Amino acid sequence: MSDNDLLRTPLHDLHVELGARMVPFAGYSMPVQYPAGIMSEHRHCRSAAALFDVSHMGQILVTGEKAQAGLEALMPIDLSTLPEGQQRYALFTNSSGGILDDLMVARLAEGFMLVVNASRKHEDMAHLTENLAEGATAQLLEDQALLALQGPQAASVLARLSPGVDKLPFMHVADVEIAGFSCRVSRSGYSGEDGYEISVANADAAALARRLLEEEEVAPAGLGARDSLRLEAGLCLYGNDIDESTTPVEAALTWAVQKSRRTAGGFPGDKVILEQIEKGVERKRVGLKAEGRAPVREGTAIEDKDGNTIGRVTSGGFGPSVEMPIAMGYVPPAFSAVGTELVARVRNKAVALEVVKLPFRAHNYYRG
Amino acid sequence: MAKVYYSEEHEWVRVEDDGVAVVGISDYAQQQLGDIVFVDLPEVGKELSKGDEAAVVESVKAASEVYASVSGTVTEVNEALADTPNLVNESPQEDGWFFKLTLSDQSELEELMDEAAYADYVKGLE
Repeated sequence: MSDNDLLRTPLHDLHVELGARMVPFAGYSMPVQYPAGIMSEHRHCRSAAALFDVSHMGQILVTGEKAQAGLEALMPIDLSTLPEGQQRYALFTNSSGGILDDLMVARLAEGFMLVVNASRKHEDMAHLTENLAEGATAQLLEDQALLALQGPQAASVLARLSPGVDKLPFMHVADVEIAGFSCRVSRSGYSGEDGYEISVANADAAALARRLLEEEEVAPAGLGARDSLRLEAGLCLYGNDIDESTTPVEAALTWAVQKSRRTAGGFPGDKVILEQIEKGVERKRVGLKAEGRAPVREGTAIEDKDGNTIGRVTSGGFGPSVEMPIAMGYVPPAFSAVGTELVARVRNKAVALEVVKLPFRAHNYYRG
Repeated sequence: MAKVYYSEEHEWVRVEDDGVAVVGISDYAQQQLGDIVFVDLPEVGKELSKGDEAAVVESVKAASEVYASVSGTVTEVNEALADTPNLVNESPQEDGWFFKLTLSDQSELEELMDEAAYADYVKGLE
Protein backbone atom coordinates (compact mmCIF):
# COMPACT_ATOMS: atom_id res chain seq x y z
CA MET A 1 0.00 0.00 0.00
CA SER A 2 1.61 3.25 -1.07
CA ASP A 3 1.73 6.20 1.30
CA ASN A 4 -0.86 7.86 -0.90
CA ASP A 5 -3.39 5.23 0.07
CA LEU A 6 -2.90 5.74 3.79
CA LEU A 7 -5.54 7.58 5.73
CA ARG A 8 -4.61 10.58 7.80
CA THR A 9 -5.87 11.76 11.14
CA PRO A 10 -6.55 15.49 11.65
CA LEU A 11 -3.20 15.69 13.44
CA HIS A 12 -1.13 14.37 10.53
CA ASP A 13 0.40 17.71 9.56
CA LEU A 14 1.14 18.48 13.20
CA HIS A 15 3.02 15.20 13.56
CA VAL A 16 5.12 15.96 10.50
CA GLU A 17 5.77 19.47 11.76
CA LEU A 18 6.97 18.02 15.08
CA GLY A 19 9.43 15.79 13.23
CA ALA A 20 7.60 12.52 13.75
CA ARG A 21 8.64 9.37 11.94
CA MET A 22 5.41 8.30 10.25
CA VAL A 23 4.61 4.63 9.64
CA PRO A 24 1.59 2.78 8.27
CA PHE A 25 -0.68 1.36 10.95
CA ALA A 26 -4.18 -0.04 10.46
CA GLY A 27 -4.42 1.82 7.16
CA TYR A 28 -3.35 5.15 8.64
CA SER A 29 -0.14 7.14 8.52
CA MET A 30 0.73 7.36 12.21
CA PRO A 31 3.65 8.66 14.26
CA VAL A 32 5.74 5.81 15.69
CA GLN A 33 8.03 8.27 17.46
CA TYR A 34 9.10 11.91 17.54
CA PRO A 35 12.70 13.17 17.61
CA ALA A 36 12.94 12.53 21.37
CA GLY A 37 12.69 8.78 20.74
CA ILE A 38 10.65 5.96 22.19
CA MET A 39 12.52 5.61 25.50
CA SER A 40 12.30 9.32 26.23
CA GLU A 41 8.62 9.50 25.28
CA HIS A 42 7.87 6.47 27.41
CA ARG A 43 9.67 7.89 30.45
CA HIS A 44 8.03 11.26 29.95
CA CYS A 45 4.63 9.60 30.15
CA ARG A 46 5.55 8.00 33.45
CA SER A 47 6.88 11.23 34.94
CA ALA A 48 4.88 14.05 33.35
CA ALA A 49 2.22 14.04 30.59
CA ALA A 50 2.40 12.47 27.15
CA LEU A 51 0.01 13.36 24.34
CA PHE A 52 -0.97 10.60 21.91
CA ASP A 53 -3.01 10.78 18.72
CA VAL A 54 -5.31 7.76 18.73
CA SER A 55 -7.79 9.10 16.19
CA HIS A 56 -7.34 5.98 14.10
CA MET A 57 -9.32 4.03 16.67
CA GLY A 58 -13.04 3.52 16.15
CA GLN A 59 -15.65 5.46 18.09
CA ILE A 60 -18.99 3.74 17.62
CA LEU A 61 -22.26 5.10 18.98
CA VAL A 62 -24.95 2.49 19.56
CA THR A 63 -28.44 3.91 20.03
CA GLY A 64 -32.02 2.77 20.15
CA GLU A 65 -34.42 0.97 22.44
CA LYS A 66 -32.70 -2.33 21.88
CA ALA A 67 -29.15 -1.01 22.21
CA GLN A 68 -28.53 -2.46 25.65
CA ALA A 69 -30.04 -5.85 24.89
CA GLY A 70 -28.32 -5.91 21.52
CA LEU A 71 -24.89 -5.29 23.03
CA GLU A 72 -25.45 -7.77 25.84
CA ALA A 73 -26.19 -10.40 23.20
CA LEU A 74 -22.71 -9.83 21.77
CA MET A 75 -20.61 -9.35 24.90
CA PRO A 76 -20.38 -11.11 28.27
CA ILE A 77 -21.17 -7.86 30.04
CA ASP A 78 -23.99 -6.67 32.30
CA LEU A 79 -24.89 -3.21 31.12
CA SER A 80 -27.77 -2.83 33.57
CA THR A 81 -25.17 -2.13 36.26
CA LEU A 82 -23.32 0.45 34.18
CA PRO A 83 -24.53 3.92 35.23
CA GLU A 84 -24.68 6.84 32.86
CA GLY A 85 -21.33 8.56 32.69
CA GLN A 86 -19.30 5.43 33.35
CA GLN A 87 -17.42 2.99 31.18
CA ARG A 88 -16.19 -0.54 31.38
CA TYR A 89 -13.70 -2.80 29.59
CA ALA A 90 -15.49 -5.35 27.42
CA LEU A 91 -14.95 -8.07 24.83
CA PHE A 92 -16.76 -9.05 21.64
CA THR A 93 -16.72 -12.84 21.43
CA ASN A 94 -17.34 -15.26 18.58
CA SER A 95 -19.14 -18.59 18.52
CA SER A 96 -15.97 -20.47 19.49
CA GLY A 97 -15.50 -18.25 22.52
CA GLY A 98 -12.65 -16.40 20.81
CA ILE A 99 -12.16 -12.65 21.18
CA LEU A 100 -13.23 -10.52 18.22
CA ASP A 101 -12.05 -7.29 19.84
CA ASP A 102 -11.44 -5.67 23.21
CA LEU A 103 -12.98 -2.29 23.81
CA MET A 104 -14.37 0.26 26.23
CA VAL A 105 -18.15 0.68 26.53
CA ALA A 106 -19.53 3.87 28.07
CA ARG A 107 -23.17 4.62 28.86
CA LEU A 108 -24.06 8.12 27.67
CA ALA A 109 -27.42 9.88 27.71
CA GLU A 110 -27.83 9.22 24.00
CA GLY A 111 -26.76 5.58 24.00
CA PHE A 112 -23.56 3.56 24.32
CA MET A 113 -20.17 4.76 23.13
CA LEU A 114 -17.78 2.02 22.11
CA VAL A 115 -14.09 2.74 21.60
CA VAL A 116 -12.56 -0.07 19.58
CA ASN A 117 -9.18 -0.97 18.10
CA ALA A 118 -8.22 0.71 14.87
CA SER A 119 -7.34 -2.63 13.30
CA ARG A 120 -10.78 -4.03 14.09
CA LYS A 121 -13.20 -1.15 13.68
CA HIS A 122 -14.52 -2.28 10.33
CA GLU A 123 -14.91 -5.85 11.54
CA ASP A 124 -16.68 -4.54 14.65
CA MET A 125 -19.06 -2.39 12.60
CA ALA A 126 -19.89 -5.34 10.35
CA HIS A 127 -20.41 -7.51 13.41
CA LEU A 128 -22.76 -4.95 14.97
CA THR A 129 -24.64 -4.22 11.77
CA GLU A 130 -25.18 -7.90 11.17
CA ASN A 131 -26.17 -8.83 14.69
CA LEU A 132 -27.88 -5.89 16.33
CA ALA A 133 -31.60 -6.46 16.32
CA GLU A 134 -34.06 -3.92 14.97
CA GLY A 135 -34.36 -1.13 17.47
CA ALA A 136 -30.62 -0.69 17.76
CA THR A 137 -28.30 1.18 15.43
CA ALA A 138 -24.52 1.39 15.34
CA GLN A 139 -22.81 4.42 13.87
CA LEU A 140 -19.08 4.82 13.34
CA LEU A 141 -18.28 8.44 14.17
CA GLU A 142 -16.09 9.57 11.29
CA ASP A 143 -15.97 13.22 12.40
CA GLN A 144 -14.53 12.64 15.85
CA ALA A 145 -10.83 12.53 16.66
CA LEU A 146 -9.37 10.91 19.78
CA LEU A 147 -6.41 12.10 21.82
CA ALA A 148 -4.93 10.57 24.94
CA LEU A 149 -3.16 12.59 27.62
CA GLN A 150 -1.42 10.17 29.95
CA GLY A 151 0.86 10.58 32.95
CA PRO A 152 0.98 11.78 36.59
CA GLN A 153 0.76 15.43 35.45
CA ALA A 154 -2.12 14.91 33.04
CA ALA A 155 -4.77 15.84 35.59
CA SER A 156 -3.17 19.08 36.69
CA VAL A 157 -2.53 20.09 33.07
CA LEU A 158 -6.07 19.36 31.98
CA ALA A 159 -7.59 21.03 35.05
CA ARG A 160 -5.91 24.28 34.00
CA LEU A 161 -7.79 24.14 30.73
CA SER A 162 -10.95 22.55 32.09
CA PRO A 163 -11.45 23.35 35.77
CA GLY A 164 -12.68 20.43 37.81
CA VAL A 165 -11.76 17.71 35.35
CA ASP A 166 -9.11 16.52 37.79
CA LYS A 167 -11.94 15.27 39.98
CA LEU A 168 -13.42 13.03 37.29
CA PRO A 169 -13.25 9.53 38.77
CA PHE A 170 -11.41 6.69 37.06
CA MET A 171 -13.52 5.09 34.31
CA HIS A 172 -16.02 7.97 34.33
CA VAL A 173 -16.96 9.91 31.23
CA ALA A 174 -18.05 13.53 30.98
CA ASP A 175 -18.75 16.22 28.41
CA VAL A 176 -16.45 19.13 29.17
CA GLU A 177 -14.87 22.13 27.51
CA ILE A 178 -11.11 22.03 27.23
CA ALA A 179 -9.60 25.40 26.31
CA GLY A 180 -12.96 26.29 24.80
CA PHE A 181 -13.29 23.11 22.70
CA SER A 182 -16.25 20.77 23.28
CA CYS A 183 -14.93 17.36 24.25
CA ARG A 184 -15.98 14.12 25.77
CA VAL A 185 -13.33 12.87 28.18
CA SER A 186 -12.94 9.60 29.99
CA ARG A 187 -10.54 9.05 32.86
CA SER A 188 -8.83 6.04 31.32
CA GLY A 189 -6.05 4.99 29.04
CA TYR A 190 -3.66 2.35 27.80
CA SER A 191 -0.48 3.36 29.63
CA GLY A 192 -1.02 2.18 33.20
CA GLU A 193 -0.78 5.83 34.32
CA ASP A 194 -3.51 8.26 35.32
CA GLY A 195 -4.83 10.06 32.27
CA TYR A 196 -7.62 10.95 29.95
CA GLU A 197 -8.92 9.98 26.55
CA ILE A 198 -10.35 12.99 24.81
CA SER A 199 -12.88 12.78 22.01
CA VAL A 200 -13.09 16.00 20.02
CA ALA A 201 -14.43 17.04 16.62
CA ASN A 202 -11.97 16.53 13.76
CA ALA A 203 -12.17 20.26 13.03
CA ASP A 204 -10.89 21.11 16.53
CA ALA A 205 -8.43 18.28 17.04
CA ALA A 206 -5.21 19.88 15.79
CA ALA A 207 -5.92 23.15 17.60
CA LEU A 208 -6.62 21.28 20.84
CA ALA A 209 -3.47 19.22 20.46
CA ARG A 210 -1.38 22.34 19.84
CA ARG A 211 -2.91 24.00 22.88
CA LEU A 212 -2.09 20.99 25.07
CA LEU A 213 1.47 20.90 23.76
CA GLU A 214 1.90 24.51 24.90
CA GLU A 215 1.70 23.29 28.48
CA GLU A 216 5.24 22.68 29.65
CA GLU A 217 4.55 19.28 31.15
CA VAL A 218 3.18 17.93 27.87
CA ALA A 219 5.28 16.24 25.17
CA PRO A 220 4.09 14.25 22.16
CA ALA A 221 4.44 10.46 22.19
CA GLY A 222 3.97 7.98 19.36
CA LEU A 223 2.83 4.42 18.86
CA GLY A 224 6.21 3.02 19.82
CA ALA A 225 5.96 4.42 23.33
CA ARG A 226 2.26 3.53 23.47
CA ASP A 227 3.25 -0.09 22.95
CA SER A 228 6.08 -0.15 25.49
CA LEU A 229 3.85 1.55 28.06
CA ARG A 230 0.95 -0.87 27.68
CA LEU A 231 3.32 -3.85 27.76
CA GLU A 232 4.76 -2.73 31.09
CA ALA A 233 1.17 -2.25 32.28
CA GLY A 234 0.38 -5.85 31.32
CA LEU A 235 -2.36 -4.77 28.89
CA CYS A 236 -3.22 -6.88 25.88
CA LEU A 237 -2.67 -5.80 22.30
CA TYR A 238 -5.32 -7.19 19.96
CA GLY A 239 -3.69 -9.17 17.22
CA ASN A 240 -0.77 -10.12 19.46
CA ASP A 241 -1.92 -11.21 22.92
CA ILE A 242 -5.56 -11.74 22.05
CA ASP A 243 -7.29 -12.65 18.81
CA GLU A 244 -10.11 -14.79 17.49
CA SER A 245 -8.27 -17.94 18.57
CA THR A 246 -7.92 -16.93 22.22
CA THR A 247 -10.77 -17.07 24.71
CA PRO A 248 -11.07 -14.61 27.59
CA VAL A 249 -10.24 -17.41 30.03
CA GLU A 250 -7.05 -18.38 28.20
CA ALA A 251 -6.15 -14.69 28.01
CA ALA A 252 -6.49 -14.28 31.79
CA LEU A 253 -9.38 -11.86 31.12
CA THR A 254 -12.04 -13.89 32.91
CA TRP A 255 -12.69 -10.84 35.06
CA ALA A 256 -14.09 -9.15 31.93
CA VAL A 257 -16.71 -11.89 31.69
CA GLN A 258 -19.09 -10.41 34.22
CA LYS A 259 -20.17 -12.79 36.95
CA SER A 260 -23.85 -12.16 36.32
CA ARG A 261 -23.39 -13.39 32.74
CA ARG A 262 -21.72 -16.63 33.74
CA THR A 263 -24.85 -18.49 34.76
CA ALA A 264 -27.26 -17.89 31.92
CA GLY A 265 -24.79 -17.11 29.13
CA GLY A 266 -26.49 -15.54 26.14
CA PHE A 267 -23.44 -14.29 24.25
CA PRO A 268 -21.42 -15.89 21.45
CA GLY A 269 -19.23 -18.76 22.61
CA ASP A 270 -20.88 -18.81 26.04
CA LYS A 271 -20.77 -22.60 26.35
CA VAL A 272 -17.05 -22.78 25.58
CA ILE A 273 -16.21 -19.92 27.92
CA LEU A 274 -18.36 -21.10 30.81
CA GLU A 275 -16.92 -24.60 30.55
CA GLN A 276 -13.39 -23.18 30.64
CA ILE A 277 -14.24 -21.11 33.70
CA GLU A 278 -15.43 -24.27 35.40
CA LYS A 279 -12.93 -26.84 34.14
CA GLY A 280 -9.84 -24.87 33.21
CA VAL A 281 -7.91 -24.21 30.03
CA GLU A 282 -5.01 -25.77 28.15
CA ARG A 283 -2.99 -22.59 27.93
CA LYS A 284 -2.83 -19.30 29.83
CA ARG A 285 -1.45 -15.85 29.18
CA VAL A 286 1.39 -15.03 31.57
CA GLY A 287 3.92 -12.29 32.14
CA LEU A 288 7.57 -13.15 31.56
CA LYS A 289 10.82 -11.44 32.33
CA ALA A 290 14.04 -12.36 30.56
CA GLU A 291 17.51 -12.50 32.02
CA GLY A 292 20.02 -10.14 30.46
CA ARG A 293 19.08 -7.31 28.17
CA ALA A 294 18.11 -8.94 24.89
CA PRO A 295 14.40 -8.47 24.16
CA VAL A 296 12.39 -11.64 23.64
CA ARG A 297 9.89 -10.76 20.96
CA GLU A 298 6.54 -12.04 19.68
CA GLY A 299 6.69 -15.39 17.97
CA THR A 300 9.61 -16.64 20.07
CA ALA A 301 9.21 -20.24 21.22
CA ILE A 302 9.04 -20.86 24.97
CA GLU A 303 10.70 -24.05 26.17
CA ASP A 304 10.69 -25.95 29.41
CA LYS A 305 13.99 -26.83 31.11
CA ASP A 306 14.22 -30.01 29.01
CA GLY A 307 14.08 -28.17 25.71
CA ASN A 308 10.46 -29.02 24.82
CA THR A 309 8.55 -26.18 23.19
CA ILE A 310 5.57 -25.57 25.45
CA GLY A 311 4.39 -22.12 24.42
CA ARG A 312 4.95 -18.94 22.46
CA VAL A 313 5.61 -15.27 23.17
CA THR A 314 2.83 -12.98 21.91
CA SER A 315 4.31 -9.60 22.89
CA GLY A 316 7.81 -8.72 23.93
CA GLY A 317 10.24 -5.88 24.12
CA PHE A 318 12.35 -3.83 26.44
CA GLY A 319 10.59 -2.04 29.30
CA PRO A 320 12.21 1.40 29.71
CA SER A 321 10.75 1.92 33.18
CA VAL A 322 11.41 -1.55 34.53
CA GLU A 323 14.74 -1.59 32.70
CA MET A 324 14.58 -5.17 31.57
CA PRO A 325 13.22 -7.26 28.70
CA ILE A 326 9.59 -8.21 29.35
CA ALA A 327 7.10 -10.29 27.46
CA MET A 328 3.69 -11.90 27.53
CA GLY A 329 2.97 -15.32 26.14
CA TYR A 330 0.86 -18.44 26.47
CA VAL A 331 1.97 -21.54 28.35
CA PRO A 332 0.11 -24.57 29.73
CA PRO A 333 -1.30 -23.99 33.24
CA ALA A 334 1.32 -26.35 34.67
CA PHE A 335 3.97 -23.79 33.74
CA SER A 336 2.04 -20.67 34.65
CA ALA A 337 2.85 -20.27 38.34
CA VAL A 338 4.77 -17.12 39.25
CA GLY A 339 8.43 -18.03 39.58
CA THR A 340 8.37 -20.82 37.01
CA GLU A 341 11.66 -20.90 35.13
CA LEU A 342 11.43 -21.32 31.38
CA VAL A 343 13.66 -20.78 28.37
CA ALA A 344 13.31 -18.68 25.24
CA ARG A 345 15.27 -19.42 22.14
CA VAL A 346 16.61 -16.13 20.71
CA ARG A 347 18.90 -16.43 17.68
CA ASN A 348 19.67 -20.00 18.70
CA LYS A 349 20.78 -18.97 22.16
CA ALA A 350 18.92 -19.96 25.30
CA VAL A 351 17.64 -17.00 27.29
CA ALA A 352 16.36 -17.64 30.80
CA LEU A 353 12.75 -16.62 31.39
CA GLU A 354 10.79 -16.37 34.60
CA VAL A 355 7.01 -16.16 34.95
CA VAL A 356 6.15 -12.96 36.83
CA LYS A 357 2.96 -11.38 38.06
CA LEU A 358 1.31 -8.81 35.82
CA PRO A 359 1.55 -5.88 35.57
CA PHE A 360 5.31 -5.50 35.32
CA ARG A 361 4.92 -2.03 36.75
CA ALA A 362 2.09 -1.13 39.14
CA HIS A 363 -0.74 0.93 37.71
CA ASN A 364 -1.15 4.54 38.85
CA TYR A 365 -4.86 4.95 38.19
CA TYR A 366 -6.72 7.79 39.88
CA ARG A 367 -8.37 6.59 43.03
CA GLY A 368 -9.90 9.92 44.10
CA MET B 1 44.42 10.33 11.43
CA ALA B 2 42.98 6.88 10.80
CA LYS B 3 40.88 6.54 7.66
CA VAL B 4 37.24 5.58 8.04
CA TYR B 5 35.42 3.55 5.40
CA TYR B 6 31.64 3.08 5.10
CA SER B 7 29.38 0.41 3.65
CA GLU B 8 25.98 0.88 2.07
CA GLU B 9 24.56 -0.91 5.12
CA HIS B 10 25.81 1.96 7.28
CA GLU B 11 28.71 0.26 9.00
CA TRP B 12 32.01 2.06 9.38
CA VAL B 13 35.47 0.49 9.49
CA ARG B 14 38.38 2.48 10.90
CA VAL B 15 41.85 1.04 10.35
CA GLU B 16 44.12 2.01 13.23
CA ASP B 17 47.88 2.48 12.95
CA ASP B 18 48.56 -1.05 14.18
CA GLY B 19 46.50 -2.52 11.33
CA VAL B 20 43.58 -3.41 13.55
CA ALA B 21 40.18 -2.47 12.15
CA VAL B 22 37.50 -1.05 14.45
CA VAL B 23 33.89 -1.56 13.34
CA GLY B 24 30.64 0.15 14.28
CA ILE B 25 27.48 1.64 12.84
CA SER B 26 27.11 5.17 11.55
CA ASP B 27 25.24 8.10 13.03
CA TYR B 28 22.62 7.70 10.29
CA ALA B 29 22.11 4.06 11.30
CA GLN B 30 21.71 4.80 15.01
CA GLN B 31 19.20 7.52 14.22
CA GLN B 32 17.18 5.12 12.07
CA LEU B 33 17.25 2.43 14.74
CA GLY B 34 16.21 4.65 17.62
CA ASP B 35 17.01 3.92 21.25
CA ILE B 36 19.26 0.85 21.38
CA VAL B 37 18.70 -1.49 24.29
CA PHE B 38 21.01 -4.38 23.47
CA VAL B 39 23.82 -5.26 21.10
CA ASP B 40 24.51 -8.93 20.40
CA LEU B 41 28.23 -8.93 19.63
CA PRO B 42 30.30 -11.71 18.00
CA GLU B 43 32.60 -13.90 20.06
CA VAL B 44 36.28 -12.99 20.24
CA GLY B 45 38.07 -15.31 17.84
CA LYS B 46 35.14 -15.56 15.44
CA GLU B 47 36.11 -15.51 11.77
CA LEU B 48 33.87 -13.27 9.72
CA SER B 49 33.59 -13.19 5.97
CA LYS B 50 32.36 -10.10 4.22
CA GLY B 51 28.57 -10.33 4.18
CA ASP B 52 28.25 -12.56 7.26
CA GLU B 53 25.95 -11.50 10.03
CA ALA B 54 28.36 -9.95 12.51
CA ALA B 55 26.11 -8.49 15.19
CA VAL B 56 22.49 -7.79 16.02
CA VAL B 57 21.28 -4.46 17.33
CA GLU B 58 18.07 -4.46 19.37
CA SER B 59 16.16 -1.21 19.61
CA VAL B 60 13.00 -0.85 21.63
CA LYS B 61 10.85 -1.90 18.69
CA ALA B 62 12.90 -4.30 16.58
CA ALA B 63 16.10 -6.26 15.99
CA SER B 64 18.42 -5.34 13.10
CA GLU B 65 21.28 -7.39 11.73
CA VAL B 66 24.67 -5.82 11.16
CA TYR B 67 26.65 -7.53 8.40
CA ALA B 68 30.43 -7.67 8.17
CA SER B 69 31.59 -5.22 5.54
CA VAL B 70 35.12 -6.67 5.63
CA SER B 71 36.52 -10.14 6.39
CA GLY B 72 38.70 -10.90 9.38
CA THR B 73 38.98 -12.36 12.86
CA VAL B 74 37.38 -10.68 15.85
CA THR B 75 40.03 -9.70 18.39
CA GLU B 76 38.06 -7.62 20.83
CA VAL B 77 34.46 -6.58 21.51
CA ASN B 78 33.22 -3.43 23.23
CA GLU B 79 32.30 -4.72 26.71
CA ALA B 80 30.91 -1.30 27.66
CA LEU B 81 27.90 -1.93 25.42
CA ALA B 82 26.62 -4.64 27.75
CA ASP B 83 25.75 -2.11 30.46
CA THR B 84 25.41 1.00 28.34
CA PRO B 85 24.09 0.07 24.90
CA ASN B 86 22.98 3.69 24.50
CA LEU B 87 26.64 4.54 23.80
CA VAL B 88 25.82 3.48 20.26
CA ASN B 89 23.22 6.25 20.07
CA GLU B 90 25.33 8.82 21.85
CA SER B 91 28.71 8.17 20.26
CA PRO B 92 28.24 5.84 17.29
CA GLN B 93 31.65 6.46 15.77
CA GLU B 94 33.73 6.62 18.95
CA ASP B 95 32.67 5.11 22.30
CA GLY B 96 29.87 3.10 20.62
CA TRP B 97 32.26 0.90 18.58
CA PHE B 98 31.20 -2.76 18.26
CA PHE B 99 34.27 -4.91 17.73
CA LYS B 100 37.82 -5.00 16.41
CA LEU B 101 39.13 -7.25 13.65
CA THR B 102 42.42 -8.25 12.15
CA LEU B 103 41.68 -7.92 8.45
CA SER B 104 42.24 -10.91 6.23
CA ASP B 105 41.90 -9.04 2.94
CA GLN B 106 42.88 -5.35 2.93
CA SER B 107 41.69 -4.98 -0.66
CA GLU B 108 38.08 -5.23 0.54
CA LEU B 109 38.48 -1.72 1.95
CA GLU B 110 38.64 -0.38 -1.58
CA GLU B 111 35.08 -1.57 -2.17
CA LEU B 112 33.82 0.69 0.62
CA MET B 113 33.07 4.41 0.55
CA ASP B 114 35.13 7.14 2.12
CA GLU B 115 33.63 9.79 4.40
CA ALA B 116 32.67 12.16 1.60
CA ALA B 117 31.15 9.46 -0.60
CA TYR B 118 29.15 8.12 2.34
CA ALA B 119 27.84 11.58 3.18
CA ASP B 120 26.60 11.89 -0.41
CA TYR B 121 25.10 8.41 -0.25
CA VAL B 122 23.14 9.28 2.92
CA LYS B 123 21.92 12.54 1.36
CA GLY B 124 20.55 10.51 -1.49
CA LEU B 125 18.53 8.39 0.92
CA GLU B 126 16.77 11.22 2.68
